[in-house]
Order: sequence, then C-alpha cells, then structure tokens
Amino acid sequence: MADIILNKIYVKVWRQNSPKSKGRFETYLVETVSQGTSFLEMIDILNDKLILEGKDPIAFDHDCREGICGMCSMYVNGHAHGPDAEVTTCQLHMRKFSEGQTIVVEPWRAAAFPVIKDMMVDRTAFEKIQQAGGYVSVNTGGIPDGNVILIGQDDAEEAMDAAACIGCGACVATCKNSSAMLFVAAKVSQLAKLPQGRIEAKKRAKAMVAKMDELGFGGCTNTGGCELACPKSISIAHIARLNREYLRAKFSD
Amino acid sequence: MSTLNSKIPSGPIAEKWSNHKAKIKVVSPANKRKLDIIVVGTGLAGASAAASLAELGYNVTAFCYQDSPRRAHSIAAQGGINAAKNYQNDNDSVYRLFYDTIKGGDYRAREANVHRLAEVSPNIIDQCVAQGVPFAREYGGTLSNRSFGGVLVSRTFYARGQTGQQLLLGAYSALNRQIHEGNVKMHTRHEMLELVVIEGKARGIIARDMVTGEVKRFGAHAVVLATGGYGNVFFLSTNAMGCNASASWVAYKKGAFFANPCYVQIHPTCIPVHGSQQSKLTLMSESLRNDGRVWVPRKAEDAAKLRKGEIKPNDIADEDRDFYLERRYPSYGNLVPRDVASRAAKERCDAGFGVNKEGMAVYLDFKYSIQRLGQETIAKRYGNLFQMYEKITDVDPYKEPMQIYPAIHYTMGGTWVDYNLMTSIPGLYSLGEANFSDHGANRLGASALMQGLADGYFVLPYTIGDYLGNEIMVPKIKTDLPEFDAAERAVVTKLEMLFNIKGKTPADHFHKKLGTILWDNVGMSRKEAGLKTAILEIQKLRKEFYSDLLVPGELKNVNPELEKAGRVADFLELGELLARDALNRKESCGGHFREESATDDGEARRDDENFAYVAAWEYKGMDEEPFLHKEDLLFETIELTQRSYK
Repeated sequence: MADIILNKIYVKVWRQNSPKSKGRFETYLVETVSQGTSFLEMIDILNDKLILEGKDPIAFDHDCREGICGMCSMYVNGHAHGPDAEVTTCQLHMRKFSEGQTIVVEPWRAAAFPVIKDMMVDRTAFEKIQQAGGYVSVNTGGIPDGNVILIGQDDAEEAMDAAACIGCGACVATCKNSSAMLFVAAKVSQLAKLPQGRIEAKKRAKAMVAKMDELGFGGCTNTGGCELACPKSISIAHIARLNREYLRAKFSD
Repeated sequence: MSTLNSKIPSGPIAEKWSNHKAKIKVVSPANKRKLDIIVVGTGLAGASAAASLAELGYNVTAFCYQDSPRRAHSIAAQGGINAAKNYQNDNDSVYRLFYDTIKGGDYRAREANVHRLAEVSPNIIDQCVAQGVPFAREYGGTLSNRSFGGVLVSRTFYARGQTGQQLLLGAYSALNRQIHEGNVKMHTRHEMLELVVIEGKARGIIARDMVTGEVKRFGAHAVVLATGGYGNVFFLSTNAMGCNASASWVAYKKGAFFANPCYVQIHPTCIPVHGSQQSKLTLMSESLRNDGRVWVPRKAEDAAKLRKGEIKPNDIADEDRDFYLERRYPSYGNLVPRDVASRAAKERCDAGFGVNKEGMAVYLDFKYSIQRLGQETIAKRYGNLFQMYEKITDVDPYKEPMQIYPAIHYTMGGTWVDYNLMTSIPGLYSLGEANFSDHGANRLGASALMQGLADGYFVLPYTIGDYLGNEIMVPKIKTDLPEFDAAERAVVTKLEMLFNIKGKTPADHFHKKLGTILWDNVGMSRKEAGLKTAILEIQKLRKEFYSDLLVPGELKNVNPELEKAGRVADFLELGELLARDALNRKESCGGHFREESATDDGEARRDDENFAYVAAWEYKGMDEEPFLHKEDLLFETIELTQRSYK
C-alpha cells in the first residue's frame, strides 16, 4: 500500500450550536493527511487542531468505527455517507479525495431528524417506529428447540438481507420526501419472511407504517434513492413486500 | 481475612444451578410491580436483562450513552455464539463446552459459573430463533454451525459475519416491546457517572444527559451494570470509541471489588496499525481462521523485501512459507485459542519475519480454501468481512492474503460478582463483559455473546429475586435523600473541576500516552521491571492530566470532550490497577504472560500452587494502595493440567 499524503484538504462543514440556534457553514484547512486515514479520523485530526486553537470542535455521532453501529451520519459532498458505495462514513477513507479538494459536510436533513448540534441529529423517531411493532411478541423462556422450526436457506438468507439494516437513516436523508419506507420495510420484511414473524405480520406492518406517518416522514414515490444510499445495500424489493403486507392488513380490517 | 463469599452452591457440578434455583427466593407478581430496577448499558447483557426483567413485571429504567440501545458495541461482534446443542452429532455436550471453556480460560474461571453458562447455552439459541434472528441455515432448514478456536467440535451458531448485530437486534426488539408496553423507561444519550449507595445498598445512579448537560438522579431497589469491558484503557483497541469503564469504576470506588484486571484479551486477527493518526482498530473475525491459513515467510530476506514493498506475498512459493501455527500446534493448527495465536504472531514479528512496513503484521491467506471450496463459498461465509477489509486497506483479500496483527479486544477481568452476579455492594449487579466470572484468563471465541445473553436472559432474572425478595417492604427510593445530594454534588464538582483546569492538552493526548505505556509494558508480554515502570509513569501522567487538561465547549451542552475527559480520568486510575494486578500475578496464564514464567519453548507456565485464585481488589482511596482479596478457585470436577494445543 503506497502511503500517499494529502497536503491540503478543505472541509466546509455545517456548524450549529444547538437545536434552536442558527447554523452556518465554516471552512477549515486540514494539512498532511494520509490517504489511508479514515474520514472520521480526518475529522478527529481537525477537531484536535480546533481545540488547540481554542475553538469548539465539531460534534458528530460515531461509535464503532467499523460500519455496523449505525451511529455516524454525515452527508459528504452531496451523498449520505460520502462518495464511496456500500460504506458508512466511518468506513470512508481519504483515498476517495484528492489534493486541495473542498469537502462539504452536512448533517442528515429531514424534518423527523432535528439537528442537536453540528453533525448530530435526533433519530428518536426511528426508535418509536421500532417500538410500535418491530418485534415478535415472545417472552424469555419456555421456547421449543431451535430446530423445531425449519426455515429454508433462501428464506433465511433473504430475511438476513433485510435484517442487515443498521438504522443509520441514510435512506431518509437521501429521499427527497424524507420517507422512512426502506427502514420500516427492512424490519417488516425480515420478520414476514420467517415463520416466527408471520403470525403478527399484518399487525406489525400497520402499526409501523402508522407510526412512521405520525412522526413526519414523507411518503414513498419509488425513486430508489434510498437503496443507492444504503450502506448495507438493502433492496427496495423489501418495500414491495411491506406494501403487500400493508395491503393485506388493510383488506382484512 | 477475606470478606468474599462467592455463594457457590454445594453438590455435584451438574446439579448446582438447579439446586440453587430451587432454594433462592422468588418475588410474587404483585410485589414485582412495586420494585424498581435500573439497568445501565443496552448491549447483549443489558438489553436482554432489561427486557426479561420487565417481562417478569419489574419496573425497569434503562440507560445507554448512544442515541439508541441498538448501537451498543455487542453489535460489532462478528463470528458467532457458542451453544452445546450437539446438532452436528460430533459428541458435543454441556460438559464438553464447560470443559473447553475452563481449559480455554487456562483454569482461572469458576467451575460453577462456567457449568451454568454451558447449561443455559442451548436455551439462548432457542430464544433468539423465536425472536426472528436469521441464523445461517442448511438446505434442509436446520441451523448451521461452524468451528471456532480452542475447540474440536462445531458448536458456533452464526448470522453471516454479523452475529452480534443480529443477536443484539433480537434483544433490542424484546426491549422495544417492553418500552412500548410501558414496562421499561429508556434513557438514551445518558451516561452514568455515579452510584448512589444508601445504608450499604445500591439505591440509584447519577447520570448526565449528554444533550443538555443536565445532571440527573434516578432511584431504584437494585442497580444492574451491563456496561462492557475496559479495553479502551489501551486507547487503541477494537472497542467502539465511546466504550468506557466509568460505571464500573465509580462502583469500584464505592466499594465494589474489581477482579483480575490484568486478564485482557489480545485478539490475533485485527487489521494492523496504520501510521500514528489512527483512532481505533478493526477486528477481523476469528471465524476466518476456519478457512484462512496464517503464515510469514520462512526466509528473513523475503520478509525484508516484503517490508520494502519489493515483492508481493503471492510471489513467495508455498515451500517458502512458514505456517507457524500449524508447525507449532499440529493438533489445533490455525484454530488455537486467541492468546496462543497472538503470542505466536508477536514471536515471529519480533524475530524479524513481520510483513508490513512496520514489521508488525502476518498473513492470513484464503488462497488454499478458495482453491478447495471456490470463491463463491468463501464469499458466502465471509463476504462482509472481506468487503470491510478491502474498504479499509484497499487490498482485495480474495486475491492477496490479509495482513493481520494482534490488538486489544476484550477484557476478561471486571467487577467481582458472586454466583448470583451480585457485586460486593448489596443490590448492585454486574453482567456480561463488565463482570469477571466466566472466562478466566482467556475467553474462547463466540463465548462473549453466549455469556452476555446467558446473564441477561437466564441468570439474573432468577438470581435477582433472591435479593429483591427481602426488599418488598421498601417503598420507592426517594431521590431527595442526602445520599443523592452528595452523589450529585460529587459529579458536578468533578465535571466543573475537569472543565476548569483550562490547561493546554486535550484528553485524547493523555489517553494515547496511557495506551502506549500500557501496550509497551502491560500488553502481550509483561515483566516485573516494566510493570513497575508503568505504574510510576501512569501516576506521573495522572498528575499532568489534572494540571494540563484542556476541555473546550460548554458544561451544559453537547460536549464530547467533557465526556472523554471523565472517561480518561477513570482510565488513568484503572490502568494503574491493571498494572498492579499484572505485577502481583507472577505466573503466566491465558492472556496474562509474564516473561519470568515461561517454559523453555516459550509457552506460558501457570503456577497453580500460588496463583489459583481470583484477585479481587478493594479501593482504599485515591493515592492509597488497593487491598487484595483472594478468592481461591476450587476445581472439584476438572483436573488442573498445563494447557496444551500441540
């Protein structure tokens, strides 16, 4: 791996001190960054510099730094999680950028995700959707052997494809309607594909969609932007399954 | 002399748990409704405990520092979860899982706890299946298994390379159902900063709202810590950035003993450190060692050329490759336990056979299994891991071997608990990685998920009744009591103190220095002189920290630097205890390798005569030496032997 150094990078970033305060873009210079550095490590380097200059560092959500916790949420150069495909912001590396480039960094923008500070947004709405029905209603204990329910490999794989959702919100941030359909579909579809989840499938679809609508997410107009932005490549075919489950539920009302 | 009572039940090993359950108190449904429990942390242990306790009827208040319980670092566990199902008909059993875990832990875990863990392991799989966890399946529809290090059977259940994610989402869904039903009150973006002890019992916590900066009080009849391990004390680790030991540490300072801090797991297959600006390391699942072969060049000159980039690994012929794990450990080969694999990698790199620029990497090669099984099969098993590797390193592991090197990954030590998972403070419990009890001096792969869920789903919901059965007459804990006043004042004072130092150095700088001291002296190889140096250097660093720390921003707003400062302050104390414990334990066992205690061929040598005990440390004051309590480990079932994977 040749270690190429970027001597100068400009980071134009959204600064907003609190939910109610007015935000603005600020541009900062970052010097001497290896292309093998991750994007968030570059922000760490910038923050270190800001602190030493007596300035307030950029607040941003991040945790696992390996693309699975779903905490990081930056809109980089017009793309949720940046210009690389199938990655979260924390997996984005500086080799995707070139010398002297200005990188524009914004928080997720959606009415349902208000800004807390700088890059941090409030995704509590996602929690409420899951709480409305994203589960199989079983208590701990008294469960028969795991192999009593046989599940075909294809079904298990398809359920796993949907279950790979990390709840980051890139789909909402990318959608021009700020729709949460892909997020909702991932859970509804995962559980609808499995016999354990079938029992409550209709109820679940209805409850989760109703909650999504109530929380101010927009409607789905099938533009497919969500699938492209999804770091886990969750297919919009799951939205089709959600729609089927939802219609079934409505017809049986 | 010691006040430790492990409460291990008497009787034959296989009957201890059943007998114990039969004897402990059970709280009636009407009384459960009157009892409040705080659960801190929402990883596998915390989420499963919070959900299960709420299902039983207790009032649960749960906390996590992330913006959602789903983001706890259990989410990042890749390879799988062990269970003694014997689905493969390969002669697995509860006893074999128990035995493997005791042996893998180098005979430094409690037999009774480990047997219970093995006993409940099959129930975990059933529970997760019922929740809709999409485990890997065979064509016929049955559950699949794979092998992990340190065992000779196939007992690991998995969901691609995202098992932790799927198990956590299962527990999270159970938790969400209880939140929806009003049985759990969930506080996200809250960090526990103090434990409230009233008349010797844990009665609540003080937490900081990480959005508003407000310091808040929460009371309960019992407090459960499921706050993970302390691996981040080393700065660079595979832990998430926010993982910290502060909850366990404030509990320690309030009287909860801290056990075996020197037992730290250094995972053999992580992506090597790159440069000096890195903030965190990435694990490549142990499951990769099922199909990957570990090697370095046989000739030092080849290694030198690789380091300079003059040749590529694929230029080296098979006969010039040293498959050192297969060579040294023919019966387990690439699947030796983690501590053994890590030390073997370090040995080769120290001998000059490292393959990256820094000389701190070995190869993990899939060429052979791709030839044998085809790329499609390998992609199905490890596709997401290969993708992750390529994104980070820009190298395609289907075509060129991965570079790996050991890194801090997991901590076996933790808060001391008795058989009921209660700490030395009545009413305070510790679960999962936060406690010390089940993995001895080394954890086997795919056993962390097992332990977290065992504790949360199937152990605590039973054992907590034994304590709460005596609390049914205690009314709701009022948070205007003087103990709450004092605890809150202590938190506010500490935050203001850190904030007002107004020095020149951000918290991360101290954290990095601490990590370097620990990695150099209390890492994969430890010796007396180095440990003594580490203790002095940490004490010095701590002084600098309190005189030169710089915390920007505001106290009453989002302030990640303030959060870090508090965590680093605690790590600066914990790091010293870690070194002290390592100094005290003059034997080598599991992840703890003392150079003074090695065999002639460089393997770890245990000293059962003098060190077959749990070292439980009691806090005695900021600059006082902690007091060592010893809990003797009694092996009634398994005979102690020198571990061999040859």
